[in-house]
This record gives sequence, structure tokens and C-alpha cells, in this order.
Amino acid sequence: MAEVLLAMEGLEKTFPGVRALRGVKLTVKKGEIHALMGENGAGKSTLIKVLTGIYQKDGGTIIFDGEKMDAKTPMEANEKGISTIYQELNLVLFQTVYENLFLGRELRNKFGAIDRKGMIAEAEKILKHLGIDIDVTKALNYYSTAIQQMVAIARAISIRAKLVIMDEPTSSLDAQEVQVLFGIIRQLKEKGISVIFISHKLDEIFEICDRLTVLKDGEYVGDYDIEELDQFRLISLMVGKNTVTFERQKQGYGFADANPIVSMNHVRQGMRLNGIDLEIKQGEIVGLAGLLGSGRMELAQVLFGTRKPDAGEIFWWQKPAQIHSPADAIKKGMGFCTEDRKEEGIIPHLSVKENITIALLPRLHSFGFVKTKEQDNIVRTYIERLKIKTPAPEQEICNLSGGNQQKVLLARWLCMNPQLMILDEPTRGIDIGAKAEIETLIQELSQSGISVLMISSEIAELERNCDRIVVIREGKVTGELMDADITQDNIMATIAKGSESEGRGNG
Amino acid sequence: MVKIKRDYIQIAMLLFFVILNSLFTPNFFRIGNFNNIITQMCPTILCGMGMTLVISTGGIDISVGSVMAMAGVLTAKLMPVTGLVPAVMAALAASVLVGCFAGIMVGKLRLQAMVITLGLMLGIRGLAQVLCGGRDIYFNKLGETGKALSLWGTYKIGGQIPVQIVPMAIAVLLVWILVEKTVLGRQIQAVGDNIKSSSLAGINTSLVLMIVYAASSMFAGLAGIFQAAKVSVAAGSSLGQMAELDAIAAVVIGGTPMSGGKASVSGTLIGALIMQMITLTCVMNNIPDQYAQVFKALMIVFAVFIQRKQVK
Repeated sequence: MAEVLLAMEGLEKTFPGVRALRGVKLTVKKGEIHALMGENGAGKSTLIKVLTGIYQKDGGTIIFDGEKMDAKTPMEANEKGISTIYQELNLVLFQTVYENLFLGRELRNKFGAIDRKGMIAEAEKILKHLGIDIDVTKALNYYSTAIQQMVAIARAISIRAKLVIMDEPTSSLDAQEVQVLFGIIRQLKEKGISVIFISHKLDEIFEICDRLTVLKDGEYVGDYDIEELDQFRLISLMVGKNTVTFERQKQGYGFADANPIVSMNHVRQGMRLNGIDLEIKQGEIVGLAGLLGSGRMELAQVLFGTRKPDAGEIFWWQKPAQIHSPADAIKKGMGFCTEDRKEEGIIPHLSVKENITIALLPRLHSFGFVKTKEQDNIVRTYIERLKIKTPAPEQEICNLSGGNQQKVLLARWLCMNPQLMILDEPTRGIDIGAKAEIETLIQELSQSGISVLMISSEIAELERNCDRIVVIREGKVTGELMDADITQDNIMATIAKGSESEGRGNG
Repeated sequence: MVKIKRDYIQIAMLLFFVILNSLFTPNFFRIGNFNNIITQMCPTILCGMGMTLVISTGGIDISVGSVMAMAGVLTAKLMPVTGLVPAVMAALAASVLVGCFAGIMVGKLRLQAMVITLGLMLGIRGLAQVLCGGRDIYFNKLGETGKALSLWGTYKIGGQIPVQIVPMAIAVLLVWILVEKTVLGRQIQAVGDNIKSSSLAGINTSLVLMIVYAASSMFAGLAGIFQAAKVSVAAGSSLGQMAELDAIAAVVIGGTPMSGGKASVSGTLIGALIMQMITLTCVMNNIPDQYAQVFKALMIVFAVFIQRKQVK
């Protein structure tokens, strides 16, 4: 049991402009279920990609099963006995279950032809052993995601993997399927196979894992036996006390009598929002705290019209909102800076000027022609006001730094005179200087009567900036903090609390 | 240095052919020759303008040749009954409808532009042939209206310049203004560059895409009518055949990236000129047409090669 299977030491990986891994350490023992924890951008997936040969490390050592390993391709890692089960399965959906199990190592009969009968029999045996009783001659896409995942695991076992890596395997499974998956993971453990388990659902971590390693911002925080930790400790390790020494300036809660700009009543959406109640008042900065997968992103998407709620009501200035598309939300006076700037924010090859005014253009024309003079004036105003560093307004936005891109996106909404700004991770991947500027700007917005819904996984940032903090967990509001109660410890305690009251019961 | 090379490479290529021809091709600078260039380029330019918009959204429209045929045949069919102008209007309206259909499929339902317009290419070509009953319609058998439409293809302004210069100039100017000066133009390029971000910025992406495909079909319809007028015959089976490929080639040589996000109207104009120059050089020097095709192919590959550097 104590024998070490995998020891990664002092791992370094740098991408242009980012040090993704800085001396990271990971030790996994034989037959151990080991969780890899950390928020987005902590370096989990980079670490896994280095281990499995998708990326090449820049420094450090990997010792696997007593041998030094430096896989150059995923194939090589696979041959050494490392199997990865991704969120997106790397199986061939249109082929049958047994073909998938034997993909690339098909059984042959004595004439060298493919031995289908033999493969079918063998596949049935392997799957039965795992307690899965399915028709192996059906195409894989005939079955649910859960079963597909089981097949992937069965494949890993049948190629004699020593280490199985599971990246968010439960994200699309329901509670029952999760239990079946856990049953199989426990079987792996009994066979002496180690598992690296990545999940954002803390309850699952505490249920299935033996030990865990926490990463933060590409650095190794520590590894712990699961018994030494409770959820609160784990969350504080993951989000950490921030090193930036801004202090919370706010005192008192001045919005008790203000009018609500937005109210959500029992809003449900898919598996992510399970009856959200939320109210935002005029000029108020509401922080939305919760771990990844808690529904914080989906809440913003429902509000902005990119996701349709299944049930519940949304009111805008106390009238039914009727928001069916981002265009509707923008017309009402909302702006939305998404978490993923690159994919859902900037229009990379258009200029800074056009990126600032793209949402405003429908109001900035006469007979369809862009009013270029006014456009130039607005652009100049916001470049100065937000101190956007760009050689010229005509510069393509993809050439700017992350912080300046974010400022351009803020400018895009500010020039619309919004009433509510939704900011999802507004300072992620931004240097400290720009971060302080953006935080100051958020306070200015609030003072001028603009409401802000701020989503952040950085607790310290929420503490500094928000008038009220709403905590959600598994798609429900589980707590609310105001005024003097807003401290990092309280926020983390509230995030952790949700599960201990109900999570244990059905766990 | 590299930047300059990118922006002017198309012009340099064009100049190369002009110089080559002025040295080796007798009679190159004769006015008749320029008139030929104008009449022959007309469908490529018209379809190319629409295609520039479509490709700048990251899509493609290979149905334009078939739409040309449909519009030509429809005009010829309706003309004796309704008179010339209503027939042309009806043909253009039908073309726009085809484009709207493609636009809805691509924009609203998120289907592959290539597949949708391939289906339309076959279907509309078939429709054109059904409309003309499998026989070519000769305008000289259509009486006065036939003669009137023939004039659209053969009239010379001031007895010199072919009438085709008019639709070409209008099309280029319109699309250039659209791309450079209007809100819609910015939105088209934004949609082509990053459709998710565009939608989040409040752009009605499916409407934008529908307009773009409708415009492409409308220009194709116009090209079909003028092309039929030029040869004084509407042939459902051959009118506009391969026109889509010439248009796409002109756009690509002109520097509009196939991945979308940028529309170069002047580039497409130059691209069409380069293609025409290759044909002309070969024809006037008695080089068989097959060779002209090989040269065009080389040009296209070269143009894509240059784009590769642009991305880098």
C-alpha cells in the first residue's frame, strides 16, 4: 500500500507569457485514489498533459513505477500503463462496444483475420467483471454517457493500466450513475490500480478519495490525507488567502431601501440551477461566490439570455423581464463580461476601436452608416478613462495584453450606459496593476448607480469589492453575507456549509 | 517590410501580368481588348462581390452558378408575358429567396454552408433546366423584349465601353461601402471573426448571415441576367456553369481569408482581374486553354500560401 507508483518532482512548464507550472510535486501511491484539486488555471490539466505526453516538461523529474519517464506522445504514456479518461471520450462512437475495447489491438485468429467472436466473448467477460451487463455488439453511441465512460475504464483495465486518470468523470452523470462509477473505481483500487481523480464536486472528493494534492496558480500547495481535512480547510487551501494586500474599504450596507433592479424567483435550468432566488438592487455590488460547477456561470448566462431557464421568473425593475437573447438583455441595459475573454469576448481581428463600439453601433449610425466622428470621440474617451494601453485605436485587439483586452471589453459595455454589469471573473489572468484599476472602476460604477453582479473564484476579491455576497452551491443559494460579516473566513465557511447540512445525507 | 509585401502582393501580381503582356502580347493595349476584359469579367465580379461577403463570414456559397442559370431562364420565360423590367425583378426576387433559404439554414440552424449550397447548386440547376423545358431559349425568337434584353449584353456606352461596366461598378461600389462604412459591414466581419463573441455583443448573427447569403444570391441572379443577355440565350444547363469556382478563386486570390473575419473588396476586384489576365495572356498568345487553367490553379495555391503567412 505504501509503495509509490508515481512521483513527479519540481515540474516546470512555461507557455509564452505564462508560467503554468512552477516546481509542482505530485506523489501517487499504488492502489490509491488521489484527487488533484485547484481552481481553474491552477495547473491541473497542464500537469496531467505533461504526465501523459501531450506537453513536454521544461524541467523536473517524473518517476513512474520505479523508472524515470519522459513520455513524448500520449501513446508512449499509454504503453507505460497510464490511461486517461477525458471529459470528451476518446472513443469511436459509431463503432461497437467490443470494437472500442480492442481498438488498435484487435484479436486475430490463426489466419490473421480479425477474430470477432473472440473479441465479443472477451469483451463480455471484461465488462461482466465490472458489473456491467450490456450488449457489446451495439454501437457505443447507443448507450448513455455513463456506460460509455465505463467502457473507457474497462478498456483502461484491459490494457493493464497501472494508473487511470479521470478528468471530471462525473460532470455529466446523475447521482445513480455516479455511484456505479464509484463502485468501479473502488474495484480498480482493489486490483491495485491507482486513480488520479479530478472533480470540482467536493462531496465526491470526500466520498471516494484517499489522498489529495492541491495546486494554486501553478504552484504546489501541499498533499494531504483526506482524514486531515474538512471541506472548509480544503476550500481555503484551493482559493487561498490572497497575496494582494488591498483591504476591504466598505462599511455598512446602504442598499436596504434601494429599488431592486433584478429579481430571480425559483429559476431552474438543466442540472445546474435548482431554484435560484436572487435580488440585485440599484447601485449595489453583489458578489456571487461558489465553486466551479456550482451554477454561478449558468446563473449569469440565464440572466443575459444566452441560456433559457426551464422554470422560474425573472423581473427587471419589478416587471417580467422577457429576455430571450443577449440582444434583449443589452436593450434592457445589461452588459456581460464573460469568463472566457478569448472565445466569448473579444473579436480578435477587429480593431480596438471596433471592439469597443461593436455593441453600440446599432445606436451609432445614420441610415446604416457608422457615425465615424462620434465613434472616434467615444473610443478616445474610453481609452483615456480606462487607461487602455494600445499603440492606436486601429490596433487589432488580439495584440493587446490580457488586462488591456479586459478593459476594452469593459469599455464596450460602459459606453452603452448600462444599468447592470455582469462580471464573470473580471480580473482572471490580469496583472496586479490592471487588477487594481479594474477594481477601482467597479467601485466607480457602483457610485454612479450602476449595479454589478460579480462572479469570482477569488474570495479576497469578493471580500474587497462587494456590498453583499450570495453563496451558491449545486444550483441553489445556500447563504448570504452582508457588511461586517463579509470576511474571507465567513465566505469560505458558507461555501463549505451547504454540503454538510444536506450533502452527507444523500452521499 | 513583410507587412508591405502582404498588402501589395496582389497588385504586384497584377502588374506582373500587365508588364508581361505589354512585352509579349501584340495588340494588348487595343481598346477592343479592354472591352473583352470587361464583358468577360462581369459574372466573376458580380458573384465575387457576394462571395466576398459570404467568405468573410467564414462560409461559402457554391450555388451561385446555378442561381445565375435560374435567374437567366426565369427572366427569359417571364419576359414575353410581363415585359422586361418585371421579369428581371421577379428573377432577382427568386434569387434572393434562394439566398434567404441558404442563410436560414446556415445562420439559424447552424448547418454547414458547403453542404447546404451544394444541395442548392444541384437543386437550382435542376430547377433552371425544368423551367426552360430542357431547351435553350433564344432571345431572337422572343420578339421586341428579346431584343431589348440582348441590348443589356451588347450595348456599348458612347459606342465604346460595354454596358457591363455599369452593374460591375455599382456592385463593387455598393459592397465596398457596405463593408467599409456601415454598421452591417462591421457586424458581418465580427460574425466571421468570432460568432460567439458577436452574439454576446448583441448582434443578431442569424439575421446577419441571412442577409449575406441573400446578397450573394442576388448578385448571382444579376450576373445570370447579364450573362444571358450577352450571349442572347438562356440555357438552363450551361449558363453560369463553374461561375462559383471563378468567384471563389477571385476572392481567395484577393486576400479574403477562407476562415472569415476580413473582407477585401478591392482584393476581389484585383483577384478577378488577375484571373482574367491569365486567360487573356494564354488566348492572345495561342496557348491552349488547358494551360490557362493550370496557371489559375497555381495562382490560387500561391494566394493561399500567402494567407498562411498572414495568419502566422
